[in-house]
Amino acid sequence: MHRALAIVERELRRFRRSPMLIAMSMLLPIVQLIILGYAFGGNVKHLKIGIVDQDRGLPAIKIRELSGAVAAGSRTFDTVEYADQGQALSDLRNGRINGVLTIPPEFSRRVLERNQPRVALIEDNTDNFASATLVGSVGSLIAALNQPSAGPRVAGQIALDVVEVYPYVPYVQYLLPGSIVMSIFMMVMIGGGIIYIDDKARGLHEGYLVTPITKFELIAGFNVSGTIKAVLAGTTIMVIGSLIAGVPNPFDPMRLLRLEVVIVVTAFALISLMFLIMVRVTDPLLPRAIFGVLNTVLYFPSGAVYPQQGFPPWMQAIAVVDPFTYAVHAFKNLLLKNTGFAAIGGDLLYLLAFSVIAMTAATMLFKRTL
Amino acid sequence: MNAIDVRNIVKKFGDFTAVNGITFAVEAGEIFGLLGPNGAGKSTLIRMLTTLLPPTSGTALVNGFNVVTDADGVRKSIGVIPQAMTSDLELSVEENLLIYAKLYGVPREKRTRLIHDLLQSVELLQWADKPVKNLSGGMRRRVEIARGLVHEPRVFFLDEPTTGLDPVSRVAVWEMLQHIKGERDLTILITTHYMDEADKLCDRVAIVDHGLLKALDSPMALKASVPGRNVLEVSFASAPEGWAATLERLPDVESVIVHDRIFRISSRNGPATTMALMAAAARSGVPVHSLSVQSTTLDDVFVHYAGRALRDALQEPSPLEHSLVMRR
Repeated sequence: MHRALAIVERELRRFRRSPMLIAMSMLLPIVQLIILGYAFGGNVKHLKIGIVDQDRGLPAIKIRELSGAVAAGSRTFDTVEYADQGQALSDLRNGRINGVLTIPPEFSRRVLERNQPRVALIEDNTDNFASATLVGSVGSLIAALNQPSAGPRVAGQIALDVVEVYPYVPYVQYLLPGSIVMSIFMMVMIGGGIIYIDDKARGLHEGYLVTPITKFELIAGFNVSGTIKAVLAGTTIMVIGSLIAGVPNPFDPMRLLRLEVVIVVTAFALISLMFLIMVRVTDPLLPRAIFGVLNTVLYFPSGAVYPQQGFPPWMQAIAVVDPFTYAVHAFKNLLLKNTGFAAIGGDLLYLLAFSVIAMTAATMLFKRTL
Repeated sequence: MNAIDVRNIVKKFGDFTAVNGITFAVEAGEIFGLLGPNGAGKSTLIRMLTTLLPPTSGTALVNGFNVVTDADGVRKSIGVIPQAMTSDLELSVEENLLIYAKLYGVPREKRTRLIHDLLQSVELLQWADKPVKNLSGGMRRRVEIARGLVHEPRVFFLDEPTTGLDPVSRVAVWEMLQHIKGERDLTILITTHYMDEADKLCDRVAIVDHGLLKALDSPMALKASVPGRNVLEVSFASAPEGWAATLERLPDVESVIVHDRIFRISSRNGPATTMALMAAAARSGVPVHSLSVQSTTLDDVFVHYAGRALRDALQEPSPLEHSLVMRR
């Protein structure tokens, strides 16, 4: 194995002299964590809703007042009063407002007569998030109006009490596990795959192949050096990301130890996957070309940004074999729930089995000749 | 025992035959040159001998080890300088040698002394801690020569080691190789397409073309085997019809080849043929535009055995030649 260690030494000496490589492979996951975390994490505010009151009765005034309260309080939407519904709809179509709440004539009379009173929300449904927020907010407002002013003497309705086991998890924290896996993957691709193929293209591997090194020693040397580089990247992003995302008690020693184990196992699994893909590649453009595709295919189905339960079946099938899935799951358990190894044992087993299979296949496919 | 023994070796890439049944042997301690134009099969041959490519048929023994059945024995006993510059640019000169010493399993206690001695031999001791990327092309080649010898091999393969180097660096590499050869019990096989390099360095030279061995002997014997001891290259302002036949009748002329209006005259007696040629030209009113008289060189030998036609033939690219990275 001393020959494999020579490969590791060479790779790490080169790595130490490439500060730009280190910086660039860590920059994207951090930028992604900050931008995506804060872009998607917040509540939607200041949507614009036009109110067309064609009734002007007391119940209609009540709706307008409640709408004004939302605008002043949670600020989910701001209200714009319209006298003419045509103008309101025109503004909706031109994108000046997100929805039109129409209180029809006779609304107050129907309320008093208890004769199916209705209001209409005409909304711009091209933006699903804004649309769902608007419907939810106006729906709550109408539900509040429907509540009787005095409660019944015997409460017959079933009430749901929600108990949250963990402290509130902002979206930036939810994204952090995926960002750590992404940083490991970036280093695996840039510091492992791309350098490997570039060296091959420059003829550096020809120098190795004329030495008595074995196939296994070569692959093991590249895998171990790639794993060390990826572990450095993953650890750095884990520490910086925990501080940025505000993970509670980020330096708990036992949690750090468990996180480090997951980082090492994930790095080994991803570098093994990368070598399996690259073992027969000679064109230096190929790893650059498949980088983006792999990134998308592995990252998004993993549940890093959205729950897997919302995926179509074919995407769930990808998620089942995707090593990112297990790494993200393990990091979520440790970072968001501070669990022990019992909760992530399955993830670690899958990643280790994946590494062994991928590395064995890569060694078998590796050609000892040109 | 021969250091290298090649028998009827063939390498095919699909339908293309790069090496077509070559047989030769290199004695221990020799500097053996493989001469040939680009695409002649030199690099394919050297790659088979260094275990980088498996032969399609035939056998090759290096230091008594079969390149197919005992590739590891071959690898342990040879040093190789590939055609491409393969040093790690980011690492220092010394680090490059150190990594390779470890790859070859050179014991720790020998490493430091060996690396020091080698750097001294290639005159790079003062640059030992400098990154290779800061060195000139010639210096990088010397790093590779030192790197190839770091495990004290008995046979040293160099694939076009001076291609792309300036004339001063080329001469420096030649001197370095001769110096190292003088210090060590080493057999060297070198491929080149520089005839002067082969002439100065090699004990014996094999001329390879189209995957075939065209000639094999010492440079001196090869030059003697070519008709004529002198070559006159003459161009005329206007040569009349049948002028080549006239020149062939001049004293001591062995042959006349015309190419691009240049008459290449092989002669057993250069001065006598020159005098007769000038007289014949004056008599016939054919103005001489230029005239040069040379002794036979390996270039003449090469032209004699391989011909002058350009080698515009397709060949199987090596896997690495798919790359966009420029190789030397």
